[in-house]
Amino acid sequence: MTNPADLTLAKLRDALKAKEITSLEATDAYLGRIEKAKALNAYVTVTADKARDMAKASDAKLAKGEGGPLEGVPLGIKDLFCTEDVLTTAGSHILDGFKPRYESTVTSQLWRDGGVMLGKLNMDEFAMGSSNETSFYGNVVNPWRRSDGGNTDLTPGGSSGGSSASVSARLCAAATATDTGGSIRQPASLTNTVGVKPTYGRVSRWGVVAFASSLDQAGPIAQDVRDAAIMLKSMAGHDPKDSTSVDRPVPDYEAVLGQSLKGLKIGVPKEYRVDGMPEEIEKLWADGIAWMKDAGCEIVDISLPMTKYALPVYYIVAPAEASSNLARYDGVKYGLRAKEYTDITSMYEETRAEGFGDEVKRRILIGTYVLSAGYYDAYYLRAQKVRKRIFDEFTDAFSKVDLILTPAAPSAAFALGEKMNDPVQMYLNDVFTVTANLAGLPGASVPAGYDRQGLPLGLQLLAKPFDEETMFKGMFALEQAAGANKRPNEWWA
Amino acid sequence: MGAEPTKLLQGTTGDWEVVVGLEVHAQVSSKSKLFSGASAEYGAGPNENVSLVDAAMPGMLPVINKYCVEQAIRTGLGLNAKINTWSRFDRKNYFYPDLPQGYQISQYKDPIVGEGEIEVEVEPGETIIVGIERLHLEQDAGKSIHDLAPKESYVDLNRSGVALMEIVSKPHMRTADEGAAYFTKLRSIVRYLGTCDGNMEEGSMRADVNVSVCRAGSYAKFQETGDFSHLGTRTETKNVNSIRYVKQVIDYEARRQIEVLEGGGEIDQETRLFDVKSGTTRTMRSKEDAHDYRYFPDPDLLPLEFEQAWVDEIKAGLPELPDAKKHRFINEYGLSAYDASVLAADKASAAYFEEVAKCGDGKLASNWVTGELFGALNKAGKEIEDSPVSAAQLGELIGLIKDGTISGKIAKDVFALMFEGEETGSPADIVEKRGLKQVTDAAAIEKIVDEIIAANPDQAEKVKEKPKTMGWFVGQVMKASGGKANPQAVNEILKAKLGLE
Repeated sequence: MTNPADLTLAKLRDALKAKEITSLEATDAYLGRIEKAKALNAYVTVTADKARDMAKASDAKLAKGEGGPLEGVPLGIKDLFCTEDVLTTAGSHILDGFKPRYESTVTSQLWRDGGVMLGKLNMDEFAMGSSNETSFYGNVVNPWRRSDGGNTDLTPGGSSGGSSASVSARLCAAATATDTGGSIRQPASLTNTVGVKPTYGRVSRWGVVAFASSLDQAGPIAQDVRDAAIMLKSMAGHDPKDSTSVDRPVPDYEAVLGQSLKGLKIGVPKEYRVDGMPEEIEKLWADGIAWMKDAGCEIVDISLPMTKYALPVYYIVAPAEASSNLARYDGVKYGLRAKEYTDITSMYEETRAEGFGDEVKRRILIGTYVLSAGYYDAYYLRAQKVRKRIFDEFTDAFSKVDLILTPAAPSAAFALGEKMNDPVQMYLNDVFTVTANLAGLPGASVPAGYDRQGLPLGLQLLAKPFDEETMFKGMFALEQAAGANKRPNEWWA
Repeated sequence: MGAEPTKLLQGTTGDWEVVVGLEVHAQVSSKSKLFSGASAEYGAGPNENVSLVDAAMPGMLPVINKYCVEQAIRTGLGLNAKINTWSRFDRKNYFYPDLPQGYQISQYKDPIVGEGEIEVEVEPGETIIVGIERLHLEQDAGKSIHDLAPKESYVDLNRSGVALMEIVSKPHMRTADEGAAYFTKLRSIVRYLGTCDGNMEEGSMRADVNVSVCRAGSYAKFQETGDFSHLGTRTETKNVNSIRYVKQVIDYEARRQIEVLEGGGEIDQETRLFDVKSGTTRTMRSKEDAHDYRYFPDPDLLPLEFEQAWVDEIKAGLPELPDAKKHRFINEYGLSAYDASVLAADKASAAYFEEVAKCGDGKLASNWVTGELFGALNKAGKEIEDSPVSAAQLGELIGLIKDGTISGKIAKDVFALMFEGEETGSPADIVEKRGLKQVTDAAAIEKIVDEIIAANPDQAEKVKEKPKTMGWFVGQVMKASGGKANPQAVNEILKAKLGLE
């Protein structure tokens, strides 16, 4: 019998339906692998009992020939999604002991469709970080190592580092993730996985711990493009409990895979060629352009001159919203409360000083500053105006092209600790990805090749709002052409 | 409006003017809260009406309650104000235990209702126009309770997230009476519309009272130019929850501020608290301690947009409002402006009056309702809804006066019998049963008159010189008839018999 952990989600799904394997077998196989992969620190909480119960329930359905599109498939859940009666930490000390009495819309849809929860995945604290090093539960380690024979631990990217590492190391069939500035696409790029950030409003934010409400969007990290398509179909959909979720039907993304790209126009923005970008990434991008051409696409050079303002705008808007969203963690209602305090103000101060890590504090400070009287117009308001211009620029570009092709991240996985003392260097990781969040566009990272150290590199496709179908078509073509489907050596096992 | 000299306050160094503006918080009468499905009912046990959203659990999101939006629009229309079909919710950020989100969702720059104006009756013959600056929707906070335990405070989140309408006036009131009259009028309007129950004891309506003073003549300059620098620095006294207290706050603040200024001091722009026991105000928060609320548009909510057609539909369904009703009462029943406004101020009173007025004499009906009925209700501490005398009964009673069946005096007696519950049913039957019908039979009256003249010859002589003393005879005749003699007939017969013609 094949090891169920060697199957993609799609193949596992088919094997389960064909009764070649049971969900309990698959679940136990994954739980065994998780047990052996503690060195990666990908899971904050493993819900083994719950997983087996869910697997048995799925097996009962499958035995009767019933079950949803994900029936019996073991999944990992980023610890930003609230899960009923299961510890939900957002990677933060301040949510100590927090077990929600509710289930996020996204995860409840996954369970509706038959998914099995293996546990909660590690992440940067409150999704703030690009290396997974800000997690209160310690950094996640990238399953990929440099081919130089050394054993330097590398970052799995962030903030969805637990998701990218666990999918890459096959510690789950697929994972949920969230993307506020690149937190799905950058980790996917660094771990040879597929990451999809859908259009803002495509997936409900209800029950997902908020970082920056106008930018946050959940999506999948998966082994390949087909798996991502299957996952997104279950995650997406209108939710009346989220006023920003959009009421339109969810297409069958899997159905478009393999469809011809003939005549599609692919935009290549010159502004995404940044200073100091490794040659290998330049080359990868050129390869991507050539592959799309081979697939019958027309390549169009485009200009997105506002790109250079995207990161500065992002680092005003996101902290501003975060400073307000994180005000509720005050020690009054749930989570951590400092033991020593003298009055209500000191209770707030001690709790938040103790409960939040440095990066979260930094962003709360920045956000508080840019919203304060006298600075609001110069920072927040101006940033919103520029954000609108970025959106307009994309709208204009998408009147000429169907998809935009760029690198997903400016470098391959870097060493843990390498950028922790330089926030600006760290923030630059998101240079190619933040624009999609600011404009609300769908974006995806697809494994496209390896650097000379053998580390994975991804290419990014951006699409028109709610045109994930065309994006998936393009992703599938890139995946087929690149054939970058290596798995990391399991040095941890 | 205009700065009339009567509104000046005298100080030791000259005359001052008082300027008042009110920010009234009116709780929307709705079943559920502004952004959650939890009940907005008053009186539940601690934290019984709290949803996950109200408690600000992680990942929870607000969803606007359409009913509350409709009530804000209704109220805006009732204030003759501009309805903004595009508005937006902002977050007002501050930390407090009874504010679980760490921010209040409110409307800062783009409120749902813009400028309007209402007529306010201050006293008989004096009506002012007060401008409305805006009305916006916002969440109420919870309640902190500090006296249940020595060291801990408790928090009740039942109110957390309940919908409030904040109605901001322009600084158009000039006296304590005007401020109180405006608050009264506002309450009357929201109660008419049914958008707020106006229950001040339960906190459904409360006012932040802004008061400033300036030198005589400065207000006129402000009016001409709209330049606020002509006005004095204002103080804001928070959460005043009765009409009487509003008056006290304005009186106290005006006097206090004049005293401070005349003593060479300055008024700080500060937030103050009203002490009910002493009737005074004291500093709550000075300007230096003022919060920086870091307002910004709430990214969890889309802008609030609706069609003008919806506004028109709501407008078409509005009840007749106090001002319109007042003007109709003046025109249709010939009432004085004051009586009309008194009757129109309360929906139930107006409805009662109109039922009584079916007797065919609006003025008489108004006199009876505002006089006899209101007096009795007031004395008994009863609301008009609980009046022991129904409008139909009162209408019939007035009808009996008009057709000469009983005199006004007898009518008052019958009214009292009905009010006290000694008699029920049709006033005509009561009059019949008690034999209170007026005596109009001239022969019967002549008989009584003759007897009284005969018994009082001296008086009869005197009345020829002093015709005014005939009143004494009228009284005697009425007394002898048990009040039933028709007063007009008594007068005529007496004049003839006493030779006063």
